[in-house]
Amino acid sequence: MPNLNDIMIMLPEFYLVAAACLLLLLDAWMKPEQRNILHWVSILVLVVGIYLVVAGQPQVTVTAFGGMFVRDATAEILKVFILLCTALIFVFSRPYMQDRKLFQGEFYTLMIFATIGAMLLVSAGNLVMVYLGLELMTLCSYGLVALNRDSQLSSEAAIKYFVLGALSSGMLLYGMSMVYGATGTLALVQLHGAVAQAGMSNLMVFGLIFMIVGISFKLGVAPFHMWIPDVYQGAPTSVTIFVGSTSKLAAFGMAYRLLESGMGGMAHQWQMMLAVLAVVSLAIGNLVAIVQTNLKRLLAYSTISHMGYLLLGLVNAGPEGYASAMFYAISYALMSTAAFGVILALARAGFECEEIDDFKGLNQRSPWMAFLMMLAMFSLAGVPPMFGFFAKLLVLQAAIHAGMMWLALVGAVFAIIGLYYYLRVVKVMYFDKPAEGLEIRPQADGFLRTMLSLNALVLLALGLYWGPLLGWCRAAFAG
Amino acid sequence: MIDTNLLQLICFYGFAAVTVGAALAVISLKNSVHAVLSLVLAFFSTACIWLLAEAEFLAIALIVVYVGAVMVLFLFVVMMLDIKMEQVREGFIRYLPVGIIVALVMLAEMLALIGVRAMHAHVMGANPATVAGLSNTAWLGEALYSQYLLPFEVAALILTVGVVVAVALTLRHRGDKKHESASEQVRVNPRDRIRVVKMAPSRPDEPTSSEEPLQ
Amino acid sequence: MGEQLLNELVLPVVYILCIAVPLILAVAMFVYWERKVIGWMHVRMGPNKVGPWGLLQAFADVVKLLIKEVILPSSANRFLYYLAPLLALVPAFAAWAVVPFDDRMVLANVNAGLLYLLAMTSLGVYGIILAGWASNSRYALLGAMRSAAQVISYELAMGLSLVCVLVLAGSLNLTDIVHAQAGGKGLFDWFWLPLLPVFIVYFISGVAETNRAPFDVAEGESEIVAGFHVEYSGSAFAIFFLAEYANMILVSFLASIFFLGGWLSPLQGWIHADAPNWVNWIWTGSIIWLLIKAFLMSFLFLWFRATFPRYRYDQIMRLGWKVFIPITIVWVLVAGCMKYFGLVLAGTGA
Repeated sequence: MPNLNDIMIMLPEFYLVAAACLLLLLDAWMKPEQRNILHWVSILVLVVGIYLVVAGQPQVTVTAFGGMFVRDATAEILKVFILLCTALIFVFSRPYMQDRKLFQGEFYTLMIFATIGAMLLVSAGNLVMVYLGLELMTLCSYGLVALNRDSQLSSEAAIKYFVLGALSSGMLLYGMSMVYGATGTLALVQLHGAVAQAGMSNLMVFGLIFMIVGISFKLGVAPFHMWIPDVYQGAPTSVTIFVGSTSKLAAFGMAYRLLESGMGGMAHQWQMMLAVLAVVSLAIGNLVAIVQTNLKRLLAYSTISHMGYLLLGLVNAGPEGYASAMFYAISYALMSTAAFGVILALARAGFECEEIDDFKGLNQRSPWMAFLMMLAMFSLAGVPPMFGFFAKLLVLQAAIHAGMMWLALVGAVFAIIGLYYYLRVVKVMYFDKPAEGLEIRPQADGFLRTMLSLNALVLLALGLYWGPLLGWCRAAFAG
Repeated sequence: MIDTNLLQLICFYGFAAVTVGAALAVISLKNSVHAVLSLVLAFFSTACIWLLAEAEFLAIALIVVYVGAVMVLFLFVVMMLDIKMEQVREGFIRYLPVGIIVALVMLAEMLALIGVRAMHAHVMGANPATVAGLSNTAWLGEALYSQYLLPFEVAALILTVGVVVAVALTLRHRGDKKHESASEQVRVNPRDRIRVVKMAPSRPDEPTSSEEPLQ
Repeated sequence: MGEQLLNELVLPVVYILCIAVPLILAVAMFVYWERKVIGWMHVRMGPNKVGPWGLLQAFADVVKLLIKEVILPSSANRFLYYLAPLLALVPAFAAWAVVPFDDRMVLANVNAGLLYLLAMTSLGVYGIILAGWASNSRYALLGAMRSAAQVISYELAMGLSLVCVLVLAGSLNLTDIVHAQAGGKGLFDWFWLPLLPVFIVYFISGVAETNRAPFDVAEGESEIVAGFHVEYSGSAFAIFFLAEYANMILVSFLASIFFLGGWLSPLQGWIHADAPNWVNWIWTGSIIWLLIKAFLMSFLFLWFRATFPRYRYDQIMRLGWKVFIPITIVWVLVAGCMKYFGLVLAGTGA
């Protein structure tokens, strides 16, 4: 039976659930002009959440509710960054949401519920928990994408996201049910044991394939990437940034839990599958991104290629690989908050600032914003000495150590191809004449500008001084 | 004497055939209301199969929740729709090959499942409810509220989110809406609405005798 | 072999007939009683021409309905049009299988009886919606839509109030639920006392589930003529009629079983006397008490009909969702606490 100890282990999650419910009530009783309070309280809630995660960090891996919930170093690191990203999103999106009359309490509540889902997902110790955490997170995302309900683009994106998301959940469940049928257990630890003991059967392989399809959908790996561009473009940018950062961290957590914690004994089976998916993603992501004119769409395709790189780390299937993949996921999440943060900061009422042409001559109008965007683009492209460069280096290294030299070469080639479209954005900002009649001024919110600057500068700082973070990532998988 | 096992097997195949037939009808019937009703039938026969597998609670819950509530709303919506059948059928024919391939793959997997089950027949073990000496419902309740408490609560959280999303997406505060507050109506005091006036009795004027009745 | 056949095939059929035939007769007499009661309440005579005191009026009506033509409206969906009345009737009768009339007098003493009842009562709505749709008539469709929304809303309140009963009784078996209300305090051992709000909610939801006044918007004679069965005539209409009244009687029985102690005597535990059986039932309980209780509950249906004006559609929805469901949810918690702290002990005395 559950006891107090279980609750203490899950304290950050319980606290967030309580806080989200209270925020919901607070919103119901608050006048619309007092919404700013909600904004600050939500940020505070997340910061306290980070504190609880860090302060309650256990020395060894502990489980709660009979192994349903696992609290280990991997989950801890991912949770800190999940909460951090969501807090950044709150900071970045207030003016954007206010301009679009979307500044509602539900945005904050749903975002926090989605964050809880992400936290449960990365801590899942059971197939049921994987599924439920995923559903909690994605259900919130569907609603958030459709939040701008008067926009046709937004509704279309939500419908596509919902239908494909439901399909992929179905696939995942189907895979899980097969694995359950073959092993008779849902707990990941026992599953790991059963796989190691009984070896694999055809059924397990089928189950594995379906699970990988489900994971690929959530990560946005080609050929299961169809929803990514439309959702990135159609969703309000403040939601896109969530889909691009927090949920990618959670998806990495899910992949790790399912593939390593659960099906680790079949690593040589899924390594090859992931390698193929990685190559397809790198190719599709990088090549299609070249012809995009919409920055949000471009970033969507860039996501696909980045998820390909993340898979390069997973392909290694060893501590080094997982550490590099987690490092990559974190770096990508921070880069994507910075890039979308700039878009959010430049958008105004009735103007999304999402076409690449909108950025023409940004340097002359707002040199600092142009500089921040440049940092984000360089980091995404993997230009040394940015954060993204080292992340890429590590995953390529992991692939080489896994004995897949060819895969690392493919990754390197596409990194160079990728340079083109990231640098095009930089070129447009610095060397093109600004379009006539278009006035771009960044939002005046001082706190937003400070945090956005910090976020982008961190990309540079971590590029120069990446030792500690990598150390944590390695330590998480060392044991 | 009829062997009970054989009888069960026959029942299973009967219900399974009805389920598959109904499921096929769902995707092939022209009339969408008929298709929904076939889906109801498919649910119903699935529930019967679960009953055979001694999962009474799930079987009846399937009927109460899906047949009794979800499908009624579904039917509700389908009746409101005006679906142009030609377009739908066009898509159906076009995607039929893909559908058949997917179905065949699924079938192959299912056969693989059966093969594995035959090889590791011990995997699933005995019915845990029977082992514990409880009824199916009681055992399920025990399991849900002890072993699976956390997933159960998370599922509750998901439902809460569903409500929040539904409200966020549909509730519009419109100024021009005609709305009356029921509690205000209930609280109304008759004295505010109607005034009883005491009046002195009065008589209409007597017709004067000078007036002659009209001829 | 012959004996087995008798036991497995013939006896159940006999039992089923033992329930169904009196039920149909009860419906006939209930219709007569309804018209009489409402007549009195309206200061009229009510039916008094056919037979002594008009007692045979219902049978005259049945004969009239059976010899009338069943009309199929143009471009109606023939299959569903004829199927709908049956879909309404079958659950209304099938639900009776688990109703315990006495300690041992029950057709199927199943463990999940309460769930089975919920399943059956939730199926009845199909008859109504399909009738509305298949008739190819606007009024019928409007009635069907109203009915579908209403029945689903009130089913929730009904289900949740039964959860309270389930919590206190600790069983889904209807016979066990009645046994759980046995005790030494007479009628104060029954569940109506600890579950009073829920009892009221349950019965009102039952009235709404059966689409009876004041919740009869599905028929709404004054707005949509007769709602879902406006196109039905003759025996098809008679079947709808039968289903509706069978459902009313069922709800009365169920309310008596869940909250009023079923066949238990209101004097249980108060009198201990060793009398012959034909007097003994007064304090030990028997089917007669159940029939009395059910009769009183069903009388309420008629009383409501003669008293209350019809609710408006949005008022019905408001009552169901904003009043009844919250009350029942709160009372589930209260019932849980009562059970946990031992304030109500299931089946203490007997």
